Amino acid sequence: MNFKKLLSTVAVASMLVACGGGSTESNESKAFKIGVSGPLTGDAAVYGNAVKNAAELAVEEVNAKGGIQLELKVEDDQADPEKSPTAYGTLKDWGMQIGLSTVTSGAAAAVSQNYADDQIFALTPSASSTTVIYKDADNTQSFGYVYQMCFTDPNQGIASADYIKAHTNLGTKVAVIYKNDDNYSTGVYQKFMSEAKAKGLEVVSETSFDNSSATDFNVQLKDAQAKGADIVYLPIYYQPASLILTQASKMGYKPSFFGIDGMDGILTLKGFDTKLAEGVYLLTPFSADAKDDLTANFVKNYKAKCDGEVPNQFAADAYDCIYAIYNALEAGKATPDMSNSEIADILKKQFTSMTFNGLTGTDVTWSEKGEVSKAPKAVVIKDGAYVGVED
Amino acid sequence: MEMMKTAFLGKNKNRSICVGVVILAYIIIELLMFTGSLKSLFINLLVPVTSYIIVALALNLVVGVSGELSLGHAGFMSIGAFTGVIVSSVTSTMITNDILRLFVAIIAGAIVAAVFGFLISIPVLKLQGDYLAIVTLAFGQIIKSLINNTFLGYDASGFHFSFITNNVKLSTGGKMLINGPIGATATDRISTFTVSVIVLIIVLFIIFNFINSKYGRGVMATRDDRIAAQSVGIDVVKTKTIAFVLSAGIAGAAGVLYGLNFSTLVPAKFDFNQSILILVYVVLGGLGNMLGTIISTSLLVLLPELLRFLADYRMLIYSVVLISIMIITNNPTINKTIKKIFKKNKAEGDLNNG
Repeated sequence: MNFKKLLSTVAVASMLVACGGGSTESNESKAFKIGVSGPLTGDAAVYGNAVKNAAELAVEEVNAKGGIQLELKVEDDQADPEKSPTAYGTLKDWGMQIGLSTVTSGAAAAVSQNYADDQIFALTPSASSTTVIYKDADNTQSFGYVYQMCFTDPNQGIASADYIKAHTNLGTKVAVIYKNDDNYSTGVYQKFMSEAKAKGLEVVSETSFDNSSATDFNVQLKDAQAKGADIVYLPIYYQPASLILTQASKMGYKPSFFGIDGMDGILTLKGFDTKLAEGVYLLTPFSADAKDDLTANFVKNYKAKCDGEVPNQFAADAYDCIYAIYNALEAGKATPDMSNSEIADILKKQFTSMTFNGLTGTDVTWSEKGEVSKAPKAVVIKDGAYVGVED
Repeated sequence: MEMMKTAFLGKNKNRSICVGVVILAYIIIELLMFTGSLKSLFINLLVPVTSYIIVALALNLVVGVSGELSLGHAGFMSIGAFTGVIVSSVTSTMITNDILRLFVAIIAGAIVAAVFGFLISIPVLKLQGDYLAIVTLAFGQIIKSLINNTFLGYDASGFHFSFITNNVKLSTGGKMLINGPIGATATDRISTFTVSVIVLIIVLFIIFNFINSKYGRGVMATRDDRIAAQSVGIDVVKTKTIAFVLSAGIAGAAGVLYGLNFSTLVPAKFDFNQSILILVYVVLGGLGNMLGTIISTSLLVLLPELLRFLADYRMLIYSVVLISIMIITNNPTINKTIKKIFKKNKAEGDLNNG
């Protein structure tokens, strides 16, 4: 009988494996297959869904032009470095030829080697850590196949310190609250501090929190208040930032708040009183109220697609990614029947030589290591919308 | 034939079944890989699934066999994983054979995790019940925070270490081993499925031989009635310590396999939720039931991936499935029916054997 039981167990196991085995062969379509994974569920879902919607929008527009055709597949990775390799596997099984890597940093760093091994070109919209494109800590050896559309974290820290130093009307005594178990937050924080020191910016309070204490910020805010900080720098994501704003308002503490691209998304957070975010500054390459045709069109179409939701910076980055890839494919005369490595070679050549104009910047260029070069913009929240700051 | 059967099944019937299932599954998967019909999605999942099985088995040794609730096994996994990554990076020039380097890393990870297991067992195993759960929970959190604030680099002049703030300055050619919350990056991915399965089989042998040993029986006697066990002269603390340290070491080995399978490893991954997840695998597989643990872990790790075709409804269906499994396995009527079928089979089997 034991063998019977064993046999049935094995049969079940093999059936399980077999459901995976019956893969559909990638048909010889005339479209380039672009794959991306991101957090469609979980804490950072706002980002994943913004990227998904904007990339779909861009693909629809490109396909409507009638030239090069693109096909997009988005997989969920919950921003987890353990899940992104399996999401990558799913995309590879589908026949992905070009990748947008992943939406968040940790997850992206886990698949960079996969992209390099399989010689698939990837352009990540928003995975900003240096570990996404560099193999080593001194940032000398790059993976070579992964490019970024967004700034790297260190650049954001440097740009923030420079901006605060140059705009004394915001405040002169800085308090920093960062998340010490998050590589995005600590990455920006460290560069911010070293740049602040170099530029003589006065930092009066440095406090941190971690995942398990991300609900109560009274200690950090009281420290900042007691030390007379008149500007609070928040290199963190929008969810804890929303609590900081709420609790500061309850305490009656009213400094200027300055965030980075992770703050983007705070206006679409459910259950958050957007009035509290009035006057918050953030450094982001995109503002939805910009008057140029490109932005106006994008915002109009995105709103039409997503029930009136205003696109954030992640959406803009993803939209730019698709267009940058489209431009490069067209200029390099790539065709969908080429092998992945041929497409990657063409794209690498184009990306290191072309100049791209998009939503998140003009005259955007890339180094051969995959790092992007573009100018950061400051944005302030006014009447529940992101408004560009005129210098 | 009859003799062979008793030798094969005999006292260690469960062990043979477990090992048999593992080997059969391994052969099927290897065949599928050989013919190229296994999707890359599943190929990427093979090592993580095996390492979760190993850590779930380790936890089952504590929760099922020893009867103590541990909520800190992700901590041991984390210690093993980071030790493994460090050992692998440091010895990468000395040991060029990847498989050998992996085994060295696994042994190192298991030993370090076992040492931590021993240290924590000194205060912990004097406690009973809920208190033990609380201490192990805290232990997991402490390990997470410690590694989160550790900056460890390695270059020609040796190791460089700093805590909380990163003051590590490396000469050229140096490598950051643990970079605070960023964790370990650009790790050589040297874990292979074959090695994972070999480790799994070794672990099964260790666990079953332990259960059938003097100490294993002592542990189970203590679990069933502490006072009665003490009265017949069993050293309760000692037997429990052995089970706990063994479990910590095995969890560490699983951590090494896990850590060396990904190019990045963040300390925040091994949080409280991870410990609970492992506990869920054990509880659903059945306390003390090793084969059940193997099957439930494989199913529960694979399930979210198999449900990918459901797109937006994936996590919803996953939780519904999880709840249904819990209700069904705890339903007395269903259990009775299953037992009836099982008994009938057994009676038939005995008849045939006789």
